[in-house]
Amino acid sequence: MFPANFEYFRAASVEEAVALLHRHKDAKVLAGGHSLLPIMKLRLAEPAALIDIGHIHILKGISHHRNGIRIGALTTHATIARSEVLQRECSLLSDAAAHIGDPQVRNKGTIGGNIAHADPASDLPAVLLALGARIQMAGPAGDRTVAASDFFTDLLETELREDEVLTAVDVPAIAESAGASYLKFEHPASGYAICGAAAVVDMDGGSCRSASLAFNGVTAIPHHAVAVGDALAGSDISDEAIAAAIEANLRIEEPLGDIQASGEYRVELAKVYGRRALQQARDRARS
Amino acid sequence: MGQQVRIEVNGTTHEREVDPRTLLVHFLREDLALTGTNVGCETSLCGACTVLIDGEAVKSCTQLAVQADGTSVTTIEGLAQDGELHPLQTAFHEEHGLQCGFCTPGMILTAVDLLNDNPTPSADEIRQGLKGNICRCTGYHNIIKAVQRAAEGGAS
Repeated sequence: MFPANFEYFRAASVEEAVALLHRHKDAKVLAGGHSLLPIMKLRLAEPAALIDIGHIHILKGISHHRNGIRIGALTTHATIARSEVLQRECSLLSDAAAHIGDPQVRNKGTIGGNIAHADPASDLPAVLLALGARIQMAGPAGDRTVAASDFFTDLLETELREDEVLTAVDVPAIAESAGASYLKFEHPASGYAICGAAAVVDMDGGSCRSASLAFNGVTAIPHHAVAVGDALAGSDISDEAIAAAIEANLRIEEPLGDIQASGEYRVELAKVYGRRALQQARDRARS
Repeated sequence: MGQQVRIEVNGTTHEREVDPRTLLVHFLREDLALTGTNVGCETSLCGACTVLIDGEAVKSCTQLAVQADGTSVTTIEGLAQDGELHPLQTAFHEEHGLQCGFCTPGMILTAVDLLNDNPTPSADEIRQGLKGNICRCTGYHNIIKAVQRAAEGGAS
């Protein structure tokens, strides 16, 4: 199995990548290749050209940026999982990255490629929504940024335009008073999430200052359950309060259904994994 | 249109012109006749095609040869030095860590990367570390023992 023919271009800079994308219609950006090459081998995608950004070193790495942490688009899942900065300040992301695929996949797969591909079963989108991450993009008209909650637009579709390159992901540091959790019910062979739940809970003594809950695997685009978080803010975030907030406020429209799990089952999984993720995030905030 | 690549494989630098769609595993097997790297599932799940690129375990069926330009690749053929098997190869032999042998090159190269990162892994850490390698003979028990034995002997 190998991909259909394509023209290959290696970009030395983001500007060159943008220019190449602008010039070549039906081109795709190649980073780690772990989302793109499998679908090209299956001939589900046959782009006319590949723009390889894998040698643009400025897109790799993790650094402090303003009040948060900037992760270059080419940073691999393995680097994110091992990052001491992220383990200390945003462990939700490093923990989730440590559970993507397997070691070989994590050595090649990149955060930028992962979210640009926008697979509904991918682990990172829910985590980025729960964190309130922002996505950086470069295009012919310059740089722009969108909230992760606005980035995913449909199944495998995003805000990213055809001549734009995703350059970085900005995540806020998790407050000292907060805890976070990512839990998933995964397909036993592929490891992809049938339902993944990411939660961040910030505590003010015995009461919940804010809570954020998001899901992947359940709907075509990751689902941010804003109403559940709003209902918990100001509460004691007891197990009963969490159960009641989910029961009254979790509304998932058009869940995905396939041979592995029906839509109805996925919604039930979301209730259970959402509850457990909130409980674990709360307990981690208190400890 | 061919693309010029320069790839070091097992200590020897190769300069070749490759079709951009050539996968690294086919470059190794067909252009360089290094057939120790196997093609298994073709979908980056089974790990039979695992090689080391700049020391990191990678599935060579999901990587273009042009992406490996400028890197150093190690295949199973490159592990033994001066006729001496690598400690992991010896451990797989002694612990009967292989049956049909198809998954073995990938298992061993993934284990090399694992032991470089973590020279004293627990059995559970070895299982997690080899999550991306499937043994169709289901010989996992002895594979874990082999990696443990190599770790005890300082295989990294």
